[in-house]
Amino acid sequence: MTLKRLHLSPAIKALEARSLTCIRGNRLVFRDVGFRVEAGQMLSLEGPNGAGKSSLLRMVAGFLKPASGAIVLNGGEGLDDEERGRCAGWLGHHDAAKPQLSPRETLQFFAALYRIAADVDAALDEVGLGKARDLPSQYLSAGQKKRLSLARLKLSRRSLWLLDEPLAALDSAGKTLAAQIVAAHCAAGGIAIAATHEPLGLDSARLVLA
Amino acid sequence: MSPFSAVLFRDMRLATRAGGSAALALAFFAAVATLVPLGVGSDLRLLSRIAGGVLWIAAVLAALLSLDRLFQSDFDDGSLDIIALSPLSLEAMSFAKLLAHWLVTGLPLTLLSPLLGLLFGLPGEGYGPLMASLAIGTPAVSAIGAIGAALTLSIRRGGLILPFIVLPLLSPAVIFGAGAVLGALDGLSNGAFWLLGAFSLVAVLLAPFAAAGAVRLNLAG
Repeated sequence: MTLKRLHLSPAIKALEARSLTCIRGNRLVFRDVGFRVEAGQMLSLEGPNGAGKSSLLRMVAGFLKPASGAIVLNGGEGLDDEERGRCAGWLGHHDAAKPQLSPRETLQFFAALYRIAADVDAALDEVGLGKARDLPSQYLSAGQKKRLSLARLKLSRRSLWLLDEPLAALDSAGKTLAAQIVAAHCAAGGIAIAATHEPLGLDSARLVLA
Repeated sequence: MSPFSAVLFRDMRLATRAGGSAALALAFFAAVATLVPLGVGSDLRLLSRIAGGVLWIAAVLAALLSLDRLFQSDFDDGSLDIIALSPLSLEAMSFAKLLAHWLVTGLPLTLLSPLLGLLFGLPGEGYGPLMASLAIGTPAVSAIGAIGAALTLSIRRGGLILPFIVLPLLSPAVIFGAGAVLGALDGLSNGAFWLLGAFSLVAVLLAPFAAAGAVRLNLAG
């Protein structure tokens, strides 16, 4: 399978996190976490359950404010959290698939929401949902919903991908596909940060949260 | 399609599809309004006097029924994360959602109200004011309800807490809305319409900001 080369916007040269501290519900989750990822690189977040991988991703997306520390794009442009969020493509551990809407409708909504002129059917074919495109999402399996999330992520054309357990529920072909999509994204100069228990099998920097 | 209308049409589509809340709210409205004459008795003079008040209360309760999932279902399934990272601001998203809610509940309730007014023997001069007061006032119900829904979106069974937040704030709408109908029946020109309009306008203008603030808070949680 060939994956089309992506055009990403906006171009991010580097993302840097400096001594982040995360406190949730009066409990210290992690402290003094820092990393730097450059365009074309992937960072794997590793660590046991509850180590704060998802929280770190939510911080990078701008949902969660770090108790201390800062996240900086391109070496210090004054982007606030919401502007940084506008660079981010999100694949969370929930699939954001409305039971009443078909995969096609889900992606059409997404494309309109993100102002993307996209060939929705081609995107669904690419992740192997061509046959299920008009089926209400309540009839999709967990793996198919994850494939739908992958299609959405790819359509987003955002340069900074934040992935929370991207391989969960996928079959082996799906895992290969996910790895291919992320690899193509990095090859196009994008950044990917993935919280994962299973390695994607790609060249990546590792950050272990204890 | 713009991001705003994308959210607007998606929410309307979800509410009107099978399992959606629009038809449920209408049915609830009709059921409550039908039950009252059974409980109060068949004194038509009394029923025609209380018609405005009963229909207003029924409309508020029916709208509340469909409000609790306004943000919660998007929060639970991760859609809210996706929307929050989109070019659409949370304020605009909240306005799109409350507008969609009004279009699928407030507006149909308003259109259905004359039929239920008949059940109460509402005199001819009451129908115009009844529909006008609901048309002016139900946007405030959707707006204030949206604030409550955003505040309770991460609470399990938040729908049970929602009425305690929303109903006290909605009492002016019920007072002025029912008052406008009654005033028309008595041939009085009262300021209820103006007050209702002012209340509704302020609620609709402020709600997107309040709701967006609450959503932001919950996304961080």
